[in-house]
Parts: sequence; C-alpha cells; structure tokens
Amino acid sequence: MSLGQGTEGSLIVDIVFWVLAVSSIASAIAVVQMRNLFRAALFLIGSFLAVAGMFILLRAEFLAAVQVLIYVGAISVLIIFAILMTGEVERGSPAHTLRIPVGVLAALFAAVAVFVAVGTDWQIIDTLIQSGEIGSAAANQIEVVFSNTIPSIARLLLQDFVLAFEVASVVLLAAIIGAIALIREG
Amino acid sequence: MSLENFLIVSAILFAIGLYGALSKRNAIAVLMSIELMFNAVNLAAVAFSRYTVPAALGGRGEMAHMLLTGHVFSIFIITIAAAEVALGLAIVIAVYRSRSTIFVTDAAQLSK
Repeated sequence: MSLGQGTEGSLIVDIVFWVLAVSSIASAIAVVQMRNLFRAALFLIGSFLAVAGMFILLRAEFLAAVQVLIYVGAISVLIIFAILMTGEVERGSPAHTLRIPVGVLAALFAAVAVFVAVGTDWQIIDTLIQSGEIGSAAANQIEVVFSNTIPSIARLLLQDFVLAFEVASVVLLAAIIGAIALIREG
Repeated sequence: MSLENFLIVSAILFAIGLYGALSKRNAIAVLMSIELMFNAVNLAAVAFSRYTVPAALGGRGEMAHMLLTGHVFSIFIITIAAAEVALGLAIVIAVYRSRSTIFVTDAAQLSK
C-alpha cells in the first residue's frame, strides 16, 4: 500500500503542481520587482494562495486553510493597510545600490539549496513502504494519520510541543500589546 | 512530483525573498520579502513532513502522529510571522509619523 494511491502520480496532479510552482515563483518575482507597492502586495497574496494549493497537494488540508485564513486573510490585509496609511505608494520601492551583489548572494544560496535537495538520499515514505521496510501495520497507521491530520496535529500541539504552544501564545500577546503601545498617539 | 520538486520550489522562493529583503529600500517591501521567506520555509517543512520518515516512527507505527511534526512547525512559524508583521508594521507607522518616510536608507539613525 502506498501513501499516494489514487491521486498522486497521475498526470493531472503533476500539471497542477507545475502550474502552482510557476505561479508562486512568478508572483514572488513580481513582489520584489514591482515598483508599485500596492500591486506588489496583491502579488504577495497570489504567491500565498499558490503555496496553499501546494499544501493541499502535500495532504496538509488543515494547513492550507490556516494559510488562507492567516496569510491571505490577516497578514496581507494588514500590509495593505500599512501601505495605504503611509501613503508611499507613489515613491514605490526602489532597490538600493547593493542590488547586484545581493542578487548574486541569493542566487548562490538557491544553487546550494537545490544542490543539497537533489544530491541527498532522502528516506521517502512511499518507497520504504513498497520495499517492506515499513511494515503494513505501520503503513496503515501512516495512512490514518494523513487521511485526517487534525487529531494528530492536536496531539502534537497539546502533548509533545505543549511548552512551545504556550510560549507562542505569550509571544502573540506580547506582540499585540507592543504594537498597540508603539502606534498609540502621544 | 516528488520531495525534490517541492524543495527546489521552496529554495527558489526563499532566494527571491532573501534578495528582496536585502535589496529593497522601502521597509514595507522588506517586510513582504520576509513573509515570502517564511512561506518558503513552511513549504519545505510540510514537504518533509509528507515525504520523509521520522526516526521515532515505531515498529507498528504507534508513533505515526510524529510524522506531522513539520505541520506543527509550520503552525508555529505562521504564529511568529503574524506577531512579527504586526510589530514590524507598528514600527513602520511609528517611524513614518516621526520622519514621514519609510525608506530604511533615510531612517538609518535611531535618534534624529
């Protein structure tokens, strides 16, 4: 039994993946190249939506919903608000003089990351299941986990990572109070 | 469509965000580029979660929920990104009020 039975490996899923990949990268390039900040923010939303689609391909439907709610729904709106409040849309967002060395640095980083990603011998779940290294009982458990991810995420958040979970809530509270204190008049 | 495909997309997205964060003069554009980088890391974490096996799987898969550690890391990253963008934009608006510019090159000093 393979994790990807049914949908994955079919041509249509590959096409969807490539469309999402190209649109997310093209939107990201538009974000850093647009001079008009407002349009850059709209392309940022497009990139977030494409990544949410890739989360669905990775069987992370809950995270896709979280991504749309928080990134597209909250963070992008906050950014657009700030752009409109500061009224610097006309001056745009020019790059400064270090543009070329920074571009070379980013390209180098991408090359190293791609080299590592392609060159490493990853232990892929599906091949381990097919070769029998993961027994059928474990494979069944894995399928259960991925068919409905929310109970497992809840268990991880409230058992294994409960300290980080509580600290994250304190961080959010501190950030909210800090933001209010920073922009209060006077 | 395999792990490598997702990792390559994630690396390219991160590099674009890195370029934007280091080369932009407008503070809001810098913040948007940082969001792009967060998003790329989320994508890599979820892809690892879907395709690779944790050491603590257990012979009969009794620890199979540990497979979703990457999802939980993504949730934490999203939380921190929300806090970061709220604080960042508050600082940007405070700077704009005091100097009527949000260009990081114009606001290079802490005091006037």
